[in-house]
Amino acid sequence: MNHSLLLSAATFIYALASVFYIGSFSFKKKVLAKLGFWVIVIGLLANTGGIILRWVESYQMGYGHAPFSNMYESLVFFSWTVAALYVFVELKYKESIIGVFVSPLIFLAIAYASFDPSISSKISPLIPALKSNWLIAHVITCFLGYAGFGLAFGFSFMYFIKPKNPNVESIFAKLPDWDVIDELTYQMIVFGFLFLTIGIITGSVWANSAWGKYWSWDPKETWSLITWFVYAIFLHLRLMRGWHGAKLAIVSIFGFVAVLFTYFGVNYLLSGLHSYG
Amino acid sequence: MKKQNTFSDQVWMFFASVKLSVYTLVVLAVTSIIGTIVLQNGSPQAYIKLYGEGGYNLIKVLGIDDMYQAWWYLGLLLLLCINIVVCSIERLTKTWKILFPKKISVNPNRFAGSKNRQNIEWSNGGGKDNAEVSAACKAFLSKRVGRVIEVETNEGKVLYAEKGRWTRLGVYVVHASVLLLLAGALIGAVFGFKASLRLDEGQSADTVFDSKTRMPIKLPFTIRCNDFHVKFYDTGAPEEFRSNLTISEGGKESFTKDIRVNHPLRYKGINIFQASYGTASPNEAVFEITDTLTQKGGVYTIKTGDSVELPGGQGTFKFEGFLPHFDFRGHNLGDAFFGRVAVTGKESVQIALPTKFPTFDKMRKGQFTVVVKSFDQAHYTGLQVTKDPGVWYVYAGFLLMIIGCWVTFFMSHQSVCIGLEDNRAGGGPRVWISGKSNRNAQGMTLKIKKLANILKES
Repeated sequence: MNHSLLLSAATFIYALASVFYIGSFSFKKKVLAKLGFWVIVIGLLANTGGIILRWVESYQMGYGHAPFSNMYESLVFFSWTVAALYVFVELKYKESIIGVFVSPLIFLAIAYASFDPSISSKISPLIPALKSNWLIAHVITCFLGYAGFGLAFGFSFMYFIKPKNPNVESIFAKLPDWDVIDELTYQMIVFGFLFLTIGIITGSVWANSAWGKYWSWDPKETWSLITWFVYAIFLHLRLMRGWHGAKLAIVSIFGFVAVLFTYFGVNYLLSGLHSYG
Repeated sequence: MKKQNTFSDQVWMFFASVKLSVYTLVVLAVTSIIGTIVLQNGSPQAYIKLYGEGGYNLIKVLGIDDMYQAWWYLGLLLLLCINIVVCSIERLTKTWKILFPKKISVNPNRFAGSKNRQNIEWSNGGGKDNAEVSAACKAFLSKRVGRVIEVETNEGKVLYAEKGRWTRLGVYVVHASVLLLLAGALIGAVFGFKASLRLDEGQSADTVFDSKTRMPIKLPFTIRCNDFHVKFYDTGAPEEFRSNLTISEGGKESFTKDIRVNHPLRYKGINIFQASYGTASPNEAVFEITDTLTQKGGVYTIKTGDSVELPGGQGTFKFEGFLPHFDFRGHNLGDAFFGRVAVTGKESVQIALPTKFPTFDKMRKGQFTVVVKSFDQAHYTGLQVTKDPGVWYVYAGFLLMIIGCWVTFFMSHQSVCIGLEDNRAGGGPRVWISGKSNRNAQGMTLKIKKLANILKES
């Protein structure tokens, strides 16, 4: 058993979960969604095992480090955080149908890591700047933030899909009540905002110990700040100006676009301190 | 409510509005993108090449070549600060009485009519009288929530308790942390510096040059680089850079320390970081010079700038120097020595001798070929030298921001009320429980359900 086998298994298990969730949605069978949930839990276990094995294998290769250092590792970890947060949310709120918007996101992230030929899955040694315990703190907090925003993004879709009239015959009428969607989106963004804040802070403290500057307007730093601004706007609009529903969901979607650009766009289009991962 | 008739009141209300905060944040978010797309701190030529003469003038006028320090960007940050200060003063004066009331007033009707109200039916409660139930509920409330206030009503009485009133201050902590962060950044920009220093092994320096202005900065001590080491993985990637530095003050050595990436030296408010490294110019090398016609040759040890006679006395070879990056037809061939071959009666030619390709000069097909046999590989260490007296304010801001966000988003001002209504049919009182929270209504509903269940069991 090695890490790549386990992670490929996780990819297919997550794919299966998406099929169950979407099936449950299309055929209005609640049991499929229940099944989907357990499949995600199994996928999460495989994903966890894969990450731990990769960690162990890197030590066996002689340059051991936490598996959070390049695009492949970060995508695998992104899937893990979204899946873990989703499992927590479903257990807490007992709304199984919302998985339909989140399970494809989990699957796509890990599938992209495996199937894009430009992403290397090789375990490679760390460059000196990355050798720090701050790496683990920084990556985990940032990705918990991304996961919160990812889930919020999934929930925001419901505003545009769920019919306003509850009597309409539509597969989308089964979605949770408006105030539940609203509350969930808000909770996820609050969670994401707190962790993005801590992620930016741990990154700053780390930069200060590596380069002597806690903030240098590097593109990744700047984009994380832009993302932070967008979600700060979201929170002010909801808490102070009383925005709800579709108007606010648009802000949440803008926020996730900023997250995606911070995550991928900066690495591929702009160069800077984070170009390695 | 403040009257909005005078001009100064209107200005005040403008700066106190959340609308202004949202607009300022939107403008900051959108304009921040510019600096990630437009080249920062480039040379005029680079801008003219990319955006043309007109584009360059526009960039210069708006300060986009260093946009996060541009007047308008700093102005936006200042606007945000004023907004935060005015908004906080405005709200605090209004909510001060809520935060620190002289006497907590309870309005039972608000609780009795709440959506999350739960009625309690005891399976074994028939035997208790009003006083017993009241005492039990009071003990329950004071244990689970806080100090209990009793209020008599027409129907009977209500017991009220609350906690977390202070959590309403969380948002002001977050706002204060933003101000502290920006203040720390300002202190760092005014009283600190960031400079780089290149030290060859064995060399020392007490002056560094500011990274932006290139102005010299005198340090209160001297740094000497005794030794530099770079370690590679078997893949060829660098594993570790390490400089052994000695700090001296007033002509006396104070201490010696190794620094690595992520493990800087901090001394007297000045931080020294391992940033980069390179090959230092060797001042001596061993050359082999061969006459391709006669196959005669010789081996010479030459110092930089010195010359030797070519074999057969047909001219001279001068060792001119060393370049860390030699560019050959668009390829970087790495470090290279430079020299000049001057054959008597012919025009002299400059030749390059990349250290990675010892026989490179043979490609030239000249009469004399020069090969570098050996040289002392010395390194220089690239150090980042910084001073930032504002960093502790920034770190305090970080801490306050995390605490403030936690309090604001995950804690709330919660109050719980238990109503005891006289039961005309006899037996114990009819009891209900309900609660209020300044945020997270859903969480409060769940909490009331839980409390009701515990109360039923008792």
